[in-house]
Amino acid sequence: MEHYISLFVRSVFIENMALAFFLGMCTFLAISKKIQAAIGLGIAVIVVMALTVPVNSLIYNHLLREGALAWAGYPDVDLSFLGLLSYIGVIAAIVQIMEMVLDKYVPALYNALGVFLPLITVNCAIMGGSLFMVERDYGFADSVVYGAGAGTGWALAIVALAGIREKLKYSDVPEGLRGLGITFITVGLMSLGFMSFGGIDL
Amino acid sequence: MSTMREALSKPILQNNPIALQILGICSALAVTSSLKVTLVMCISVTLVTACSSFAVSLIRKQIPSSIRIIVQMVIIASLVIVVDQLLKAYAFAISKQLSVFVGLIITNCIVMGRAEGYAMKNPPLASFVDGIGNGLGYSVVLMSIAVVRELLGSGKLFGYEILPLITDGGWYVPNGLLLLPPSAFFLIGIFIWVLRSAKPDQVEKEEFKITKNTRSVKEAF
Repeated sequence: MEHYISLFVRSVFIENMALAFFLGMCTFLAISKKIQAAIGLGIAVIVVMALTVPVNSLIYNHLLREGALAWAGYPDVDLSFLGLLSYIGVIAAIVQIMEMVLDKYVPALYNALGVFLPLITVNCAIMGGSLFMVERDYGFADSVVYGAGAGTGWALAIVALAGIREKLKYSDVPEGLRGLGITFITVGLMSLGFMSFGGIDL
Repeated sequence: MSTMREALSKPILQNNPIALQILGICSALAVTSSLKVTLVMCISVTLVTACSSFAVSLIRKQIPSSIRIIVQMVIIASLVIVVDQLLKAYAFAISKQLSVFVGLIITNCIVMGRAEGYAMKNPPLASFVDGIGNGLGYSVVLMSIAVVRELLGSGKLFGYEILPLITDGGWYVPNGLLLLPPSAFFLIGIFIWVLRSAKPDQVEKEEFKITKNTRSVKEAF
């Protein structure tokens, strides 16, 4: 249990997807003008990540990895080069299915997330989560915890940034730095803050 | 012919994908701490963007619009697999350093954005040139950031010593902050600032304006 808790804390704070690995930056900068929207997108990312990372882990460990097809009688086949294509396929499919399920059974949440759901397919944080899972060789249980943790970390970062940007409206920023420029510098300072978790080894 | 030249040169400064369109930033920040790795990344992204635009444009009239995103995804993902396998075969050390970021070219919004925004409406050759142009625009920003980070962070360019470090008996005290992730944010922020000071029309419109303070100093206190 301790192992999972430390993995979770590490993926939320120390290895924060947005601020330590810069993943999902495009959406991170584009949809962080209002806190409401940021929270909606954050929740969607948590859910999608907690689903896709374990599913991709199953696919990698039981279909693609070298020797994984032994159960089907092909012990020498190594399909790991098909990884990228299958992960993105899985992500696109899960987002699509989630959209339909939410539309049918939880229309309130579907309306709240609306526009953000399809955007998530091209969010690199999701794809990055699956790729890190492969690179670090997480098992199934690990991947569930890691997916949920990494999603939570990303959601936390975008909500925090949206909060800062809402306050920033009232400040007098130099002409050329307005908008995108100052946002980058803000994110840099936030990332510097998150680096203070860096020395913690769990 | 002039449109071709425009498609090639416009994205480099006037309509830069990173500074103006806010596309493809993730990799711009993560891989720029060493120039060699950055160069490989730039070449890969430029190639993938150009080839995927070309391929999408070739079949743009056959793609049903309802499934176009998936079709584009498949084309891009296949090209990235090719790049990934090539890197693993010929530049294994660099491919290890780039780790997940080669795979993340798939979700790099520049590639997707050009396929969707330009290649779906234009003939193959123009799309190819447009892809190269946007790849170059991306490369310009990345390379300039990498030069600053590597030169001031570790006193080297492409691994060759330029500024002799104080630890090796030289005079330069390296600025370790520049090798850490946050410095990339500051550098891109400053890059955008410089670019927008030179071209003020690139500053995005404010949603609202704060009115000038009309109270005199005496009143305020």
